[in-house]
Amino acid sequence: MFRDLLGHRKFSSILGASVSGYKPAKCLTSVIREFYKSSVLNCIGPFLSRDKDCGHGSDISPVDEIVREFLIESNENLDRLDRNLVELEKSPRDQELLADIFRTIHSIKGTTGFLSFHHLEAVAHAGENLLSRLRDGLLVLNPAITTGLLAMVDAIREMLKLIESTEADGDNSYPELVASINALMEAPAKGDTVNAVAPVAIAAAAAPQTILAEAPMQAETIQTELSQAELSPVEPQFQRSGEDRRKQDIPVDVERRSGKDRRESSADSNIRVDVSLLERLMDLVGELVLTRNQIVQFAAAQRDSSFSSASQKLNLVTSDLREIIMKTRLQPIQNVMGKFPRMVRDLAIACEKQVRIETTGQETELDRTILEAIKDPLTHAVRNSVDHGIETPAVRLAAGKPAEGTLSLRAFHEGGQVNIEISDDGAGIDPERIRAKAIEKGLITTQQAERMSQHEIISLVFKPGFSTAAKITNVSGRGVGMDVVRTNIEKIGGTVDIQSVPGQGSTVRMKIPLTLAIIPVLIVRSAGQRFAIPQVSLLELLRLEAGRKDQSVEMVHGAPVYRLRGNLLPLLFLGRELKQTSNNANSGLTNADQLTIVVLQAEGQHFGLVVDEIHDAEEIVVKPLGQHLKHITAFSGATVMGDGEVALILDIVGLAKGGRLLTDAKKAAMQEALSARKSEAQSAEVETQELLLFRTSRGRRTAVALSSVDRLEEFKVSQFELAGQKLVVQYRGQLLPIVNLSDKFDTVQNESTDELLKVLVCHHQGERIGVVVDQILDVAQEAVSIQERWKDGQSQGSAVIQKQVTDFLDLNTIIASVRGGAMFSENSSFPENLAFAEAAQ
Amino acid sequence: MSSETQYCTFFVDGLLFGVEVLQVQEIMSEFVVGRVPLAPPTIAGLINYRGQIVTAIDMRKRLDLPPSTVPPARMLVVRCNEETFALLVDKIEDVVAANPKDFEEAPENVNESARELVEGAYKLADRLLLPLRLEKIAAIAN
Repeated sequence: MFRDLLGHRKFSSILGASVSGYKPAKCLTSVIREFYKSSVLNCIGPFLSRDKDCGHGSDISPVDEIVREFLIESNENLDRLDRNLVELEKSPRDQELLADIFRTIHSIKGTTGFLSFHHLEAVAHAGENLLSRLRDGLLVLNPAITTGLLAMVDAIREMLKLIESTEADGDNSYPELVASINALMEAPAKGDTVNAVAPVAIAAAAAPQTILAEAPMQAETIQTELSQAELSPVEPQFQRSGEDRRKQDIPVDVERRSGKDRRESSADSNIRVDVSLLERLMDLVGELVLTRNQIVQFAAAQRDSSFSSASQKLNLVTSDLREIIMKTRLQPIQNVMGKFPRMVRDLAIACEKQVRIETTGQETELDRTILEAIKDPLTHAVRNSVDHGIETPAVRLAAGKPAEGTLSLRAFHEGGQVNIEISDDGAGIDPERIRAKAIEKGLITTQQAERMSQHEIISLVFKPGFSTAAKITNVSGRGVGMDVVRTNIEKIGGTVDIQSVPGQGSTVRMKIPLTLAIIPVLIVRSAGQRFAIPQVSLLELLRLEAGRKDQSVEMVHGAPVYRLRGNLLPLLFLGRELKQTSNNANSGLTNADQLTIVVLQAEGQHFGLVVDEIHDAEEIVVKPLGQHLKHITAFSGATVMGDGEVALILDIVGLAKGGRLLTDAKKAAMQEALSARKSEAQSAEVETQELLLFRTSRGRRTAVALSSVDRLEEFKVSQFELAGQKLVVQYRGQLLPIVNLSDKFDTVQNESTDELLKVLVCHHQGERIGVVVDQILDVAQEAVSIQERWKDGQSQGSAVIQKQVTDFLDLNTIIASVRGGAMFSENSSFPENLAFAEAAQ
Repeated sequence: MSSETQYCTFFVDGLLFGVEVLQVQEIMSEFVVGRVPLAPPTIAGLINYRGQIVTAIDMRKRLDLPPSTVPPARMLVVRCNEETFALLVDKIEDVVAANPKDFEEAPENVNESARELVEGAYKLADRLLLPLRLEKIAAIAN
C-alpha cells in the first residue's frame, strides 16, 4: 500500500511537470489527468496496484489504456535516447542534448513510478542520477558512461517488452546494471579503477547485445560491486528519488525556458491516428478517384456546362485529396535510419573498429509499408559496410587513411523515387576476390568471368549464396546478405546497385518507390483484355513492322528471340503465356501485320513481352487479388480502370518465371544467349552445356555449343558464290563466309543447283560463319569433358555425348582459317599449321 | 421452439439453393466480369464491386451443373471468412424462413462432391431448398 502511495506522489509530480508544458510526457499526462479527476475520490492505492486480485476488476481498463500509451511513448523515447546518446558521445558538452536525454529518462522514471513498475523505475532512476551528474558538470561523458547508459536503455526496453506481454516488469531488477551505473557515478571520487571496471560490469548486465572486451578484468572490485548491489534493496532508491527531484526540478525548469517553444508547438499540432484508419481512408480515396474518373468521362460526353465545371472541380479536389491522404502515410526515413548510429556504434566496438556515421536527408519521406520493407535490407547493407567495408584502425593508418572510418547514409528524392546511398571509405571490393570466389562457388564459369566487366563482377555479390567474408562473424559472412537485400528491394519495386573502388570504399545505391498503393503502369492489351505493366520493370517499347519483322524475330531452338542492338532478347508472347491464344509456335510471328514488344527487366534479366496493343501510361490503385487467384504467379494484383472494368496487373518476375526465363538452369543458358556475340564455342571445362549435335562428312558425329549457333538455315546450292577465293552466301544483306563440312557439297560448281543444304549460322569472336553439315541430329544438355587427343583442324577434341563419341567443332580454328584467307578445301580438312593454340587452356 | 433460419434463395440450373441472409451483402443485376487467364475454371473472373475487386464464382461450374447458353444474370455478393466474393447465379428468389424441423441431411444417393457443398435439404411446401456451405464453396482447390 505504501508503495502505491509513493507512486501517487510521483504521479502528482508528473502532473506538475505537464502543466508547465513538459513535452515527452504530455500525451500520457493528459490521460492521467482525466483519470486522476475521475478517481481521486477512490482509494488510490489498490486502484493503481498492478495486482490482479485487488478486486477492482472493472476499473482495470483505464489503467491498461495508460500502460498502452506509456509503452508507445516510451518506445519512441527510447529510440530517440539511442540516437541522442550516440550523438552526445560526439559532442559531450552539448547541454541541450543532455537536457533532452535527461528529460526523457526522467519522464520514463516518473511514469513507471506512478504505474508501480518498480524494477523499471529503479533502473531508470540510476540512469537519471548519472545523467544529472553529467548535466551538472560533475562528470564528463566517456565511452564507459555512454555504454552504461545504452545498457540501461536496453534494460528498459527489455522490461517494456515484458510489460507488454505480461503486464508486469518481471523479477529482474538488474542489480548489476544499477550497481555499475552507480559505480560510474562515483568515478571522480574513486579514480581510474572504477572507470575501467564499469564497462565489464555493464557488459555482464546488458547481456548479449553489448560486447566489450577491452576493459581489463578487475575481479575483486566487480565482486564487491555486485555483492553490494545484491544487498541493497530497491526500496531505498525511492526514498532518495523524492529528494533528488527537488534538487533537479530547478534546472529542468531553466532548461525549459531556454528556447523549447518550437518543440512544444509541434507537440501541440500532432495527434496519434490509428494506422488502420489511414488505410481505410486510403481505400476510400482510391474508390473516389475511380468514381471521379467515371464522372469525368461521363461529363466529357455531356453538353451541360455547369455539370462539366462541377466535374472539373471534383477532378481537382480529388487529386489534391489523394495527394494529401498519400502524405499521411508517409513517414520520415529517420524512423529506420535513426536506429543506425546506435547499431553502428555497437558493431564497431564488436569488430574493434572506429566508425563515424554521417546521415543526411533523414527527413526524406516514404510510405510506411515501404519503410517497413526496407528496414532489413538497409540494416544488412549497413552491417556489411561496417563488417566488410571499413578496415581496422591499424590497416587504415597503414593505408594512409584516418583511423576512424566514415559510413555515410544519404537519402533524397529524385524523379519520383527515393534514393538511398550507403557509402563507406573502407577497403572497397576487390573484383579479383569476387571473381575467384564466384568461380569457386560455381556461380559462374571461368569463361563467363572473362567476359564480365568489373561492375558486373562486383554485382555478383547480389547472387544467392555469395559471401566473401574470410571468417564467419556474428555480424555477417553467412552467405545470406546482399542477395536478400536485392530480393527485398526488388519485391517492393526498387532497384539496388553497388559500386566500389578498391582501397577507397564502396557505395550501395537503392532506388525505392514512394508508395506501393498507387503505381504508374503501362496499359497493354492482349486478346481483347487489358493488363497493367508496372513502369518500374519497363525498359522500352518496340514496334516491328511487317516488312522487317520476319527478319527480326528469330528462333533459337524453338525459342523466339529478337536481335536488339546486337543482343538477343528472349521473347514471350503474352497471349500464349496467359493461355489466351493457341500454343501454335508460329502464331503471332506471321499473322499480325506488326509486332509490339514491351522490353522488360526482371531480376536483372531482360526480355521482350509481345502484346497486341499498347494503351496509355496511367497511375493505378493497386488492389490485392482474392485467395482464389493468389497462386497465379503471372499477376500481382488488380485495379479498376476509369470505365469501371477490372484490369489485372502483371507480375513481371512471375511471368518471366512462368515463361521459364528465370528457372535456374535456363537462366544460365539465357545468360549465355544474351552475351552470345561474345561467347566462345569451345569449352574444356566439365560443365553442363546445351549442345547442337549434327553429322558432318564421312558420318562424323559432331557437336557445337548451342549458344554459338544463331540459326539453322537451308540454302540452295546455287546460292553459294565465290568472293575472292572464299565461298560465301548472301545472307541478310551481308556476305556469310561458308565452311563446308558436308559430303553432299562436293564442289562449288555443283550442277544440281536446287538441292538444299543445311547450314549452321554460327558466330565466334564477333564473326559469323556458315557451316555446311550433312544432317542435324539433336540438342543435348550434358556435362562433357573433352579429350583432346584426337583433335584435328575441324574438331578440338572428342567427348562422349548421349553415349556416343562425338567431335567438338573447333570454331576458333575454322574462323581463323577463313579470316586468314586459307583456300577453301574440298575435302574439308584444314592445314594443321593453322590450328590455333587452345584459348581455353 | 428452435428459431428459423433466413435464407436468400436463388436458382442455378432449375435447383433452388440458399445462402444465409446474414452472409449476403448485396444482389446485383448489372455487372461486368473481367476474365482472369490461368484461373481455375470455376472462377468466372473479377468484378468491380464499388471499387472493391471481388472474385466471381460461376455457380454452375462450382456445383458441377451442366453449362447454360444464357450467361448468369444475377450476382450475389457474399462475405465469408473475412473475404468478399460473388456468386453468379441464374435467378434470384425470395428470402425464405426455413424451419429446422423441415431439414433433412443430404440423402445417400447425392454424390460426394455435392454433399460437401450442400448441407442437406429443407422440404418446403412446393420444392426442396438446398442450403449451401459457403465456406466450402469458397474453398476452391487451386
